Amino acid sequence: MTDLRTQATEIHEQFSDQLDISVDDVEERLDTLVNEYKVPLSEARRSVTNTYLDEAGMERDELGGGAGSGNEQVEIADVDAPEEWIDVTAKVTELWDATSDAVAQVGLLGDETGTIKFTKWSKSDLPDLEEGKVYHLRNVVTDEYEGRYSVKLNRTTVIEERDEDIEVGSDDVTVEGALVDIQSGSGLIKRCPEEDCTRVLQNGRCNEHGEVEGEFDLRIKGVLDDGNEVHEILFNKEATEDLTGITLEEAQEMAMDALDTSVVADEMRADLLGKYYRITGPTFRRYVLVDDVEQLSDPTDAEAVLIKARSI
Amino acid sequence: MATTPTREVARRVFAGEFNDAHYTFKESDDERAPVYLLLPTGERANRVFIVGTLMETEDVGDDSEYWQGQVIDPNGDRYYMYAGQYQPDAASMLRELEPPAYISVVGKPRTYETDDGDVNVSVRPESITEVDAATRDRWVVETAERTLERIQHYQAETDEDGDGATVDEYVAMAQEEYDLPVENYRRQVVEALESLEAEEGVAAEAGDA
Repeated sequence: MTDLRTQATEIHEQFSDQLDISVDDVEERLDTLVNEYKVPLSEARRSVTNTYLDEAGMERDELGGGAGSGNEQVEIADVDAPEEWIDVTAKVTELWDATSDAVAQVGLLGDETGTIKFTKWSKSDLPDLEEGKVYHLRNVVTDEYEGRYSVKLNRTTVIEERDEDIEVGSDDVTVEGALVDIQSGSGLIKRCPEEDCTRVLQNGRCNEHGEVEGEFDLRIKGVLDDGNEVHEILFNKEATEDLTGITLEEAQEMAMDALDTSVVADEMRADLLGKYYRITGPTFRRYVLVDDVEQLSDPTDAEAVLIKARSI
Repeated sequence: MATTPTREVARRVFAGEFNDAHYTFKESDDERAPVYLLLPTGERANRVFIVGTLMETEDVGDDSEYWQGQVIDPNGDRYYMYAGQYQPDAASMLRELEPPAYISVVGKPRTYETDDGDVNVSVRPESITEVDAATRDRWVVETAERTLERIQHYQAETDEDGDGATVDEYVAMAQEEYDLPVENYRRQVVEALESLEAEEGVAAEAGDA
């Protein structure tokens, strides 16, 4: 996105059917704006695109994706870094109750490749999104918390309703196996309360902010093993409460009674280890983040394996 | 060779095959390099996962507690496991559990030489959990599947109709160190699965191929 020639080639491609221009023409216009008038490249691109739109008598939305705001039109599964400005075309699959006055709307957006949480701030003064409708959202910012990405709508975001439907896909994986380990850092933990930090404290200390008054949280870092491969899996607070039946409040009481937070992880180990589970959720680095968990207690079909064993 | 340590897969192996194994090796000279037990079906095992019936527990320690547990698989073969002061959670499980009980065990294979020069293999448990019959049955089928996969791999690599060159290093190692007929392990698989069917009250079909 920084190379003038690349940008010029992309713009040229969008207009090559309508206008008799060369890549060199486009690059020259960009070059003038960027190098002579010190216009930021994204603005220069927007300006040049507008000029050609006028010349061709076209509307902006007749262009292919990407030209809109100078951002990249991104598929949801490809969101892999925080603080990037992107455009997405997605359907509002869920709207949740906002937990704070600062949030106007919060929910889930989906496209063919997967789903992502979105937040719309009250102060941004944007129109309301409706569940089930498809929107083209220009200028949203990505964010990340505990390995999960989200997008934030802001004052500069442009919302365009689209008259189309999207078959929302999933980038989730499903893995099965025996839970062979619950690693340290599981159970009742404390996180750094500093804004945007959330690091897990070690002996009351945050790597970044030193000694702090931590906030309690629940999680499980586990290992699922099927005898051929291992998967590291991460249960957040909700998934941990769901699996163990131990709420954060109960875990804090357990720890208070024992004067030791490690009793919580010990109880979870005694309860969960060595049993079979099926886990579904998105992947993040080497982890599968658990959205759904099911203990596999039905007997498996021995007959098919027996037939195979007899045949070889 | 700077690699991040990857977690070792817990192998599924019936006690009959496990107890036939005695050869251990390391893949690097590093003191902390993982120790592998070579399985006769041509796979390396640094960790095992076992679900079976705990039959006996006994404190065999002299000065401090050292718990032995015996776990039986569907073929009637036994795994032996030992947990002492460095495996406090596993040791306390063996102290407290009342046999018979279904348990699952995650652990590391260990070998020791007896006074008359035999090498015995046992399990040093990392964790022991009491489980239900359904978990045990699932493990039996899974262990049957994993064992069959190893047998098929072994046979493909040592097929005399093939190009003659054994490719897989662990299969080659198993031929070198054991040279046991893998047919034995196929029979253990069949017996284990038949015992499940018998438990369900379904008469096992006679006549193995």
